[in-house]
Amino acid sequence: MQTETTHDDVHGAHDEHDHHGPAKGLMRWVTTTNHKDIGTLYLWLSFIMLLYGGSMAMVIRLELFQPGLQWVDPHFFNQMTTMHGLVMVFGAIMPAFVGLANWLVPMMIGAPDMALPRLNNWSFWILPFAFTMLASTTFMEGGAPAFGWTFYAPLSTTFAPDSTDFFIFAVHLMGISSVMGSINIIATILNMRAPGMTLMKMPLFVWTWLITAYLLIAVMPVLAGAVTMMLTDRHFGTSFFDAAGGGDPVLFQHVFWFFGHPEVYIMILPAFGIISAIVPTFARKPLFGYSSMVYATASIAILSFMVWAHHMFTTGMPVAGELYFMYATILISVPTGVKVFNWVSTMWKGSMTFETPMLFALGFIIMFTIGGFSGLMLGVAPVDTQYHDTYFVVAHFHYVLVTGALYSIIAAFYYWVPKWTGHMYDETLGKIHFWWSTIAVNVLFFPQHFVGLAGMPRRIPDYSLQFAEFNAISSIGGFAFGLAQVFFLYIVIKTIKGGKKATDQVWEGATGLEFEQLSSPPPYHSFTQAPPVR
Amino acid sequence: MILKKLSRPGALIPVGLGLLLASSVARAEYALNMTESVTPLGRELYSLHMLVFWICVVIGVVVFGAMAWSIIYHRKSQGAEAANFHESTTIEIVWTVVPLLILIGIAIPATGTLIDLEDAKTDADITLQVTGIQWKWKYTYIDEDVSFVSSLAQSSRDVVSDPTGNENYLLEVDNPVVLPINKKVRFLFHSDDVIHAWWVPDLAVKQDSIPGFINDSWAIIEEPGTYRGQCAELCGKDHGFMPIVVEAVTEDEYQQWLVSQRAAAAEAAAAAEQEWSVQDLLARGETVYQSNCAACHGPTGAGIPGAFPAMTGSAIVNGDPAAHIDIVVNGKAGTAMAAYKSQLNDVDIAAVITYERNALGNSVGDTVQPSAIKNAR
Repeated sequence: MQTETTHDDVHGAHDEHDHHGPAKGLMRWVTTTNHKDIGTLYLWLSFIMLLYGGSMAMVIRLELFQPGLQWVDPHFFNQMTTMHGLVMVFGAIMPAFVGLANWLVPMMIGAPDMALPRLNNWSFWILPFAFTMLASTTFMEGGAPAFGWTFYAPLSTTFAPDSTDFFIFAVHLMGISSVMGSINIIATILNMRAPGMTLMKMPLFVWTWLITAYLLIAVMPVLAGAVTMMLTDRHFGTSFFDAAGGGDPVLFQHVFWFFGHPEVYIMILPAFGIISAIVPTFARKPLFGYSSMVYATASIAILSFMVWAHHMFTTGMPVAGELYFMYATILISVPTGVKVFNWVSTMWKGSMTFETPMLFALGFIIMFTIGGFSGLMLGVAPVDTQYHDTYFVVAHFHYVLVTGALYSIIAAFYYWVPKWTGHMYDETLGKIHFWWSTIAVNVLFFPQHFVGLAGMPRRIPDYSLQFAEFNAISSIGGFAFGLAQVFFLYIVIKTIKGGKKATDQVWEGATGLEFEQLSSPPPYHSFTQAPPVR
Repeated sequence: MILKKLSRPGALIPVGLGLLLASSVARAEYALNMTESVTPLGRELYSLHMLVFWICVVIGVVVFGAMAWSIIYHRKSQGAEAANFHESTTIEIVWTVVPLLILIGIAIPATGTLIDLEDAKTDADITLQVTGIQWKWKYTYIDEDVSFVSSLAQSSRDVVSDPTGNENYLLEVDNPVVLPINKKVRFLFHSDDVIHAWWVPDLAVKQDSIPGFINDSWAIIEEPGTYRGQCAELCGKDHGFMPIVVEAVTEDEYQQWLVSQRAAAAEAAAAAEQEWSVQDLLARGETVYQSNCAACHGPTGAGIPGAFPAMTGSAIVNGDPAAHIDIVVNGKAGTAMAAYKSQLNDVDIAAVITYERNALGNSVGDTVQPSAIKNAR
């Protein structure tokens, strides 16, 4: 990992301010129990996975650039879509949010570190092994899993390559890591707050992560159950999902989506917290409707457990079931709308400036809302029968996950990196990164709405000629977006290595303990004494 | 038929920013929006789709408009001073209740449409059983004694490396489904292996075909024509290569077609009684192999190591013909190898086994006659 040396340099620099500084060398990163070090490890893992998952997306867009099969065969194409989804969900987005939680939660609530530092070390260090194992399946005989990231049975049981067992074990490891990370976050938030930091004074990022951690603890075991049933179906003669043995393939989908739907909120609730921190700072105005934001987050989390079968409107559910899942699903747009309205009201009559974090936050609000609109359309069951499993769905979830979750993570990087490193990033490069990414991502995903509505199914390696133009446009956007994130890597390294000195408050409008009570960069153990809380 | 939907203002984009509309509408209108369909249910779905779309557009204009106003007028560089208001219970209640009312406005028509969509049983004139098989469709006309397998046409397979100019590339089959217009057709969906989904946009039918389940759906096709669709649920390697073609014809033409199908089936049954020459079996076997076996076992018999076994040098192919016949006819439980007795007739199975034993790098030298397959069933 080329990053370690970079980090040693940086942290070496602030050892001078701190007598309890980190150990030196590689072992520092292996044995660390420090929330900042572990946060950094999580963020780097996530970046590596973003580039790895992104390179598979490039293969997908290359093959789809024109009709016909030019570059890869369909079996390999299916491996690419599967691994791209798994790596991005479990490797890029989720670890990035855990990394941000590690860095920020102790600083935001006035704690010296996470509540369970050794557990923290373990929950990170499981992941590189899990992803190495997952990635190694690509080189096995028969290839990597090729059944989509949703791994529907029986395609993932009776009809799957042998490497599926490695996938199952990797998912178990990721689940263990997530559950341990969540326990740690909950224990930290509930036990380690500085005196005066009541629950309803916590920054929204802390609130959204508290709720997300409960979601993770509730659903990761369900995922573990699903893959365990797959494993026993594959090797131990059970028939949970095998109709020929009296099992039920649709049961798999119910179990998977009982995990899978809360999972999508796991990937977006912390993003809501980030946006709720950034918008007030650059509007120089307190967040509008703090308590309604907390209640909206909790409502979304509770509703997320009750809507899973909206992913299954074409599986032949009874009409009463479809009606219920339609009503419950479109109901989620109410608390989600409340959040968007609150952000817009926070900007209203503010005094706004548009530094890079704010640009990414505004991009998030607009494009996440577009993803929300297509989500509302998808929630309407009768028409979903026509949208389902098309590129319209692909466009929808990439708007909420790329321009939603990923944009919030990038915004968080630009917003807090001056605090973390003591260096300002290069504002010009940051703005270029924003405009480059935003134009490219819309060229990439917006046309996918059109091809989806016009009849292009998802997960196909080749398509009929009527979809050629939009797929070519989409691929060009894809390559440009991929390149923009390599440019982001350059910005990240440049910022860590040096840059204009950041003030302690960093941003004129910034509030919160990490900006008001800590230096930039902060000491190795954030708060050795509980800070005063206003 | 697709072209006539173009010029309507409704045929815009589902979500989004007006800016993008203007530039893209002009050139590629044919592929921008959902088809309006040729069934009454499909038209209902289309208008519901457009209703929700326009509601989203209006909300988008209000929300993004307010954002744009703030961005333009409430910026520090314009000398804007930040206000300090940060809560209002009244406003929070308003923007909870108003969206709720909008949702009720969507839910009411959606409920009616959903109930119509699920009503496949009432007054069905024709029942068509659709079975998903990796990677083709089998159609059985219940009560009509007509059944056949429909897979991707050779014309598409031949040009897969450069399909330029190939009309209906990947949307052409060897045996299309024929249905009469103005009759209520009830579809029954089932699968022999993994989950597939039968989707024809013009018919507004998309339903999963699931092993162990029978799902249903329905359509009344109101215009004669050829309607094309594809499998919509990832079903393995050749998921992108199992299209659907429905030809909607008048009742008379439909009846004639049924007669000709039965005649063809009788002819095939007679052919199975005869002794076949090696040359004829090999020639037919190659065609059958390429459209049924090559997807997994490879066009040259190499297979995909670790996923699908090779034909070349295979112990079964080079061993006792009875074992070879058994695995093709009955499949192999617990693997992707299907039981071809439900998909191919005796002649086709005999031909493909003979081909496998004497081509693809194998040279056993024997022939398998259709009568042997008949006995093995």
